[in-house]
Amino acid sequence: MSVRVSIPPTLRKLCGGEEHVRVRPGTVSDLMAQLQQRYNGVRDRLCDDQGRIRGSVLVFVNDEDIRFLRHQETELRPGDEVSIIPAFAGG
Amino acid sequence: MSQTQQGFMKALKCRECGREYALGATHVCEFDFGPLEVAYDYDRIKSVLTRAVIQSRPQTMWRYRELLPVAGEPTVGRQVGYTPLIKADRLARRLGIRELWVKNDAVNYPTLSFKDRVVSVALSRSVELGFKTVACASTGNLANSVAANAAAAGLEAYVFIPQDLEQGKVVNSLVYGANVIGIKGHYDEVNRLCAEIAGKYPWAFVNVNMRPYYAEGSKSMGFEIQEQLGWRIPEHTVICMASGSLLTKIHKSYQEFSKLGLVSQVPWKIHGAQATGCNPISSAQKAGLDFFKPQKPNTIAKSLAIGTPADGFYALRVMKETGGASEDVTDDEIREGIRLLAECEGVFAETAGGVTVGVAKKLIAQGKIAADSSAVLCITGNGLKTLDAVVGHVGETRDIRPSLREFEGLLAQERGGVAVAAGR
Repeated sequence: MSVRVSIPPTLRKLCGGEEHVRVRPGTVSDLMAQLQQRYNGVRDRLCDDQGRIRGSVLVFVNDEDIRFLRHQETELRPGDEVSIIPAFAGG
Repeated sequence: MSQTQQGFMKALKCRECGREYALGATHVCEFDFGPLEVAYDYDRIKSVLTRAVIQSRPQTMWRYRELLPVAGEPTVGRQVGYTPLIKADRLARRLGIRELWVKNDAVNYPTLSFKDRVVSVALSRSVELGFKTVACASTGNLANSVAANAAAAGLEAYVFIPQDLEQGKVVNSLVYGANVIGIKGHYDEVNRLCAEIAGKYPWAFVNVNMRPYYAEGSKSMGFEIQEQLGWRIPEHTVICMASGSLLTKIHKSYQEFSKLGLVSQVPWKIHGAQATGCNPISSAQKAGLDFFKPQKPNTIAKSLAIGTPADGFYALRVMKETGGASEDVTDDEIREGIRLLAECEGVFAETAGGVTVGVAKKLIAQGKIAADSSAVLCITGNGLKTLDAVVGHVGETRDIRPSLREFEGLLAQERGGVAVAAGR
């Protein structure tokens, strides 16, 4: 079983128009590498020069912000759902 | 886009990399996910916007319309803004400062919070861009404002709120006939859901895809402060922080008026206020960090309960650049702040206002706002909407029968009786 990743509208053009993609289990960092391999340029959009996820990008695993988990070292297990979304404003 | 379709706007510009985008309903840079901000043609604005022009216009936030991101005349919320700036002498004495002002958006029109400013801009721009349905993720005040202003403009509204909000804020959205969706989760979770919905439905989400326009509306609070102070920038401004957006925009309003020569450029300090139960920005500021750690909020100041503040980084930068400080206050200190403002100035603020007053008190006591200086407190919402937070903490009525004898008995008991009638 794979991990299901929701692609934000901002990135869909780069990801062949896909709303969701499936990746192999691993860490969030592995996920970034897999996306990059499949869709060249994606990692640069989401991560800075040192490979850290940008402050303007939020990653959720099963509805939990990875900053409350183990950041980029958070493990993704088969069946997990990942959402990538831009940071949001007040209300 | 022609000049008439753009007004005084030039483009949307990424705050991180500076890439420019067309003035549509979009809020994030495709390249680095940085937030997009409206860029203006300041040379053209400078040639038309003078103090005299501003003063000749109606007393609403739209008297500064060249600096607000709509292309034509505003169509939604034309009466919003120009709330009172009160010289708060009694509160100044209690807090121990020479001069104090309260900018009172608790009486903003029509829904009693500063959110009417951002919503009138966002919805006017939404209409310009052809949207028929508007939406928002909200901690309450924004939902009220979107619901009311959408109703008045004949737009359909979907507002998404945490399910556990104060009853006042829920009813104040429902009454306008908006679709009110309660989410079982924190505001941050509501917002995440909205980011996903906004990606799927062709709606104008005021604080998602319309965010670059929406956020600019907050500047009007700062424009008014400067004009009402007699065209000057206050030495100190204390602003409550949820996402941190209002703080950055009031700072921007001071920069813009300086740049346009409408006020003389003097140093100013911007201070940020949070609740201890949700203080990602103030705790980072106090620790000298330029980034924050997200939190799970737990505070009675629900309108400020954003654990992952989108503009937190920028708010920290503004405080650092201006030499401002930050503090946070507990639930009890928030209630005390609400009472102080009410008892000294006759202004009943919501919990966020209690946060601002409580933090100002702390910063003055710490000397971070000098006793011999002048400060403005930004009050952003009305206490009638957060009654739940103060019920049981503001005293009780003393109930008697309709009898003069009973009333005088009560006075005698409370005041020691003698000379009541003569003493008046």
